[in-house]
Amino acid sequence: MESNKNFVLGVFDDEDVLLHAVSKVKDKGIKIHEVYSPFPVHGLDEALGYKKTRLPIAAFLFGMTGTSLALIMQIWMLGYDWPMIIGGKNFVSLPPFIPVTFELTVLLSALGMVATFMIVSDMKPYKWPQQFDLRSTDDKHIMAIDLATNKMSKQDIGAVLKDSGAQEVNDKNF
Amino acid sequence: MQVSSSLRESLITGGKTASDVSEDISRHVENKPTQLWWMAFGVSLVLLGFGVYTMSMTLWNGIGMWGLNKTVGWAWDITNFVWWVGIGHAGTLISAILLLFRQKWRMSINRAAEAMTIFAVICAATFPLIHMGRLWLGFYWALPLPNAFGSLWVNFNSPLLWDVFAISTYFTVSLVFWYMGLIPDFAVIRDRAVRMGNKTRAAVYNALSFGWQGGARTWMRYESVALILAGLSTPLVLSVHTIVSMDFATSVVPGWHTTIFPPYFVAGAIFSGFAMVLTLLLITRKVFKLEDYITIYHVELMNIIIIVTGSIVGIAYITEFFIAWYGQVPAEQYAFINRAFGPYWWAYWSMMTCNVISPQLFWIKKIRTSLVATFILSIIVNIGMWFERFVIIVTSLHRDYLPSSWSMFYPTMYDIGEYVLTFGFFFAAFLLFAKFFPVINMAEVKSILKSSSEKKH
Repeated sequence: MESNKNFVLGVFDDEDVLLHAVSKVKDKGIKIHEVYSPFPVHGLDEALGYKKTRLPIAAFLFGMTGTSLALIMQIWMLGYDWPMIIGGKNFVSLPPFIPVTFELTVLLSALGMVATFMIVSDMKPYKWPQQFDLRSTDDKHIMAIDLATNKMSKQDIGAVLKDSGAQEVNDKNF
Repeated sequence: MQVSSSLRESLITGGKTASDVSEDISRHVENKPTQLWWMAFGVSLVLLGFGVYTMSMTLWNGIGMWGLNKTVGWAWDITNFVWWVGIGHAGTLISAILLLFRQKWRMSINRAAEAMTIFAVICAATFPLIHMGRLWLGFYWALPLPNAFGSLWVNFNSPLLWDVFAISTYFTVSLVFWYMGLIPDFAVIRDRAVRMGNKTRAAVYNALSFGWQGGARTWMRYESVALILAGLSTPLVLSVHTIVSMDFATSVVPGWHTTIFPPYFVAGAIFSGFAMVLTLLLITRKVFKLEDYITIYHVELMNIIIIVTGSIVGIAYITEFFIAWYGQVPAEQYAFINRAFGPYWWAYWSMMTCNVISPQLFWIKKIRTSLVATFILSIIVNIGMWFERFVIIVTSLHRDYLPSSWSMFYPTMYDIGEYVLTFGFFFAAFLLFAKFFPVINMAEVKSILKSSSEKKH
């Protein structure tokens, strides 16, 4: 990786201080690259101005695919390809098809959504993440600020971070 | 900045910080297993070995090795199947339904409970698979695959086929749900390994964590996925045991042909599942010194669920009897009189004592907050739930409409051996899980430290 990516990191250990810091830093016109946390912090996505995820839509579409596939499969197999009289019932009767339809809806919805999540989040087993600070999976929230996208100097950004409650200000170059 | 409610008991005691949580949970993955672990693992492998022997004999010679006869065609195998599937309900119930209800006490117990679910479902699936006799042809009988008979498709009207779809979907979705929860925790172990300079472990756990980084955007998506998985899993959990109960309820066998079965089976499944979770967690808590994470309060809450579901099961037993009398169908009435007072009376009354009477002891606060009493009662409940399935299956079958074909069921060594097989597998798998995976969801526990942890004194 090229070594001209320079980041300033603000280290926070309290999620409420972090939330205030995010809005303070943004008010100063500083662009935040990303915040890394050991656990989900509620309200952080809104504070950072992220759009709501559209994964629920993906889940719904995958679920509908499951529903349709299951119904088409059962109706075609038992209704047209090889109809059989079972208990004197109609070849195609919906009620007994519901359990399998439901299960396949859930299966495709769950698998499809998780796969979409993995793809959009760029998660792969063989990928090493850009590790800003190893403590971000332990007990610290790390606010990473990319110097290339900001006009302010490293010292000024550091001062803003300190001012908004960061415990430490470090820099990290990749 | 601690904001603790004085109304509710703390979920995490001992004034833990986030890094204490990482340390307490990851330590067990990083350290070498203790002697006790090796002993327990050894015993599980012995059980597994005996089970594999009996299973191989059954597969080689056919299911005539079992004690089944023409009258009793389902006995220990299906009893064990339903018992294990029932146990497998607690994990996803805890993580999905309690997530939707925002019950924070799930966070210390969901990981182990979900692991238990997955292993229990594998154990359950073993029995119908072996029961197919020629296991290697099972795919053609159980899945809608094109074949050389036409294609002669599987019968989608049959509850046995619904079972195939329900169990396999439940297994897959539970596995995905469990694994999603593990991803951030694998990253914790990876980063600790990097700091300790253990490169192999870092690489393995990085692969397991899919390169997790924990950015705010990923967490946002992650939470959305968890919520939807919970929403999908909730009806799924309920559907699985409903469909299992339909294996019986849609038949015309007196004693099976009852509409009460679906809710009654689901309540029974939750009942036995929580009992097994308690059995396992009380041991895990002791061995791994997790007293600050799995507190007496957690145990008490689980015991309350056992009272509720145990009482539902008790009411269902009584309702069944009442309806058999009220319905005025002689065959149905006979099936129930025979259940309670026929040759299998001991199984019926064991079930009644273990499932209906014993959980009522949890009304007493002293008993439901006592670890020893909870441990003993959790095992009694699971014995009772095994008898419940045995009573439903065997007593309904062994005296059918034709008295000349009445018969009894006696298990052989192979029936017992395959039950032992699942115990061996279950405990071996759980021990491996406890050694290599973090047994408590660290990310979730860290997120409630501020609101539900005991204040530092």
